[in-house]
Amino acid sequence: MDHLLELLADHDDASVLAGGTDLMVEVNLHGRRPGTVIPVGGLEEMREWNHRPRSNSVTIGAALPYSDMERGPLAELLPALAQAARTVGSPQIRAAGTIGGNLGTCSPAGDILPVLAALDATIHVLHRDHSRDIRFADFMTGVKRNCLTPGEVVHSVTVPLTRGWQGYAKVGTRNAMVISTASACLVHDAEEGHVALALGAVAPTIVRAVKAEAWLSRQVDLRGTFRVSPETAHEFGLRAASETSPITDHRSTAEYRRHAVSVLARRLLERSAS
Amino acid sequence: MSIPNDSLNESYSLNVNGTLREVRDAWLGESLLYVLRERLGLPGAKGACEQGECGSCTVIMDDRAVCSCLVMAASATESRILTVESLGENGRLSDVQQAFLDAGGVQCGFCTPGFIVAVHHLLDQNSDPDDEQIKEALSGNICRCTGYGRILDAVKVAARGRRDGVGS
Ligand SMILES: Cc1cc2nc3c(=O)[nH]c(=O)nc-3n(C[C@H](O)[C@H](O)[C@H](O)COP(=O)(O)OP(=O)(O)OC[C@H]3O[C@@H](n4cnc5c(N)ncnc54)[C@H](O)[C@@H]3O)c2cc1C
Ligand code: FES
Ligand code: FES
Repeated sequence: MDHLLELLADHDDASVLAGGTDLMVEVNLHGRRPGTVIPVGGLEEMREWNHRPRSNSVTIGAALPYSDMERGPLAELLPALAQAARTVGSPQIRAAGTIGGNLGTCSPAGDILPVLAALDATIHVLHRDHSRDIRFADFMTGVKRNCLTPGEVVHSVTVPLTRGWQGYAKVGTRNAMVISTASACLVHDAEEGHVALALGAVAPTIVRAVKAEAWLSRQVDLRGTFRVSPETAHEFGLRAASETSPITDHRSTAEYRRHAVSVLARRLLERSAS
Repeated sequence: MSIPNDSLNESYSLNVNGTLREVRDAWLGESLLYVLRERLGLPGAKGACEQGECGSCTVIMDDRAVCSCLVMAASATESRILTVESLGENGRLSDVQQAFLDAGGVQCGFCTPGFIVAVHHLLDQNSDPDDEQIKEALSGNICRCTGYGRILDAVKVAARGRRDGVGS
């Protein structure tokens, strides 16, 4: 790790290479000419994950491939992350792609990003001369923009574990190999009595629907298990959608995205209330 | 760990199909697909989209099925790479290859090597996959000819063969 940070600090033109599923598309099709390339996939400490019972959290290495999140003990601890990982690309893409790469690219349609936003993840960033812990909300600064500065690498992310239902859903033009048209992650914290909702592909950055979240807390006691009426769920979806600022592009229209995200929010809320 | 930027004369070796293969004077940005086909004389993996969408370039890297078009070859020096050429022995077809022929899962054949590698990978982990699991495992491989029905049949034939203890 130290060696890697030295190299990164010494080479202004360096690109970190994880699974290559974004970077190599740039090289193959968009004429990107990488200068120094620093592969991180071989670093064991960036490919492992740890459950930390004392802080009730999970830390996931930035270079852990999606296929390792889809099932098994990590998926049981973080079902929303597993669901989001399962929607990425295809098995071949999931065998290579990583959270570090999703954060490096920072596309508004990145499937892992709403999960990190809803769980209020902390991004651990290393540099030869310093380290920073950044909340996801401060990490992503715009369309394909983040706050990393030269010489920095995402080492891992930490997400708190909560008791309560969590899930991820996305809308696209088909079931496999599809970039999100709109996506949503909902996390119910049964102890705090709170529902967090994060929306993807409907604004330059991932949106936390904080007003809809607060509104819901006033309508329903969210401690323990809870129920919502169809009207409440419907209104929750509409309120969440009104917090977004989608655009029309080659994948969809703004109107459709706003509608889709309201439906996703409603459905996730209905699933979380049992 | 790092790959320097004197980019036109990279030399490194790759562990391909159990043999260390020398790659000389390569450009840093070359994909594993390109290096296999153009430098190492292994044309089994096919290139179509070069963006991870079609699966025709699928190889096994460290027990994972990946798109070789998205692997930067120079970063794979520590990995064990298996291509479709490693399947079957002494010129005989592997069980999966034979099943594709028997079931009529090959038409133009362009997608076939990618499918064969992906199916081997699936059956090595699960010799009794149901339809959903087969479709999911092959969702990263595109075929323009067969309509997938016969490919599905071929996977089932190969799976049955493995459960009955025939083939490898
Ligand atoms: C066919 C196909 C389908 C896809 N489908 C989806 C999809 O459904 N959903 C989705 O979200 N994405 C999808 N993607 C995009 C891509 O797979 C993801 O963004 C993935 O998470 C990228 O991870 P990677 O490890 O491959 O990144 P890489 O390509 O290795 O890197 C991507 C960027 O992040 C930087 N980077 C990588 N690791 C780090 C790190 N640790 N610290 C700092 N910077 C880093 C790199 O320098 C580079 O700029 C798809 C891509 C393809 C080719
Ligand atoms: S050529 Fe690699 S996936 Fe199409
Ligand atoms: S047989 Fe022609 S693409 Fe599949």
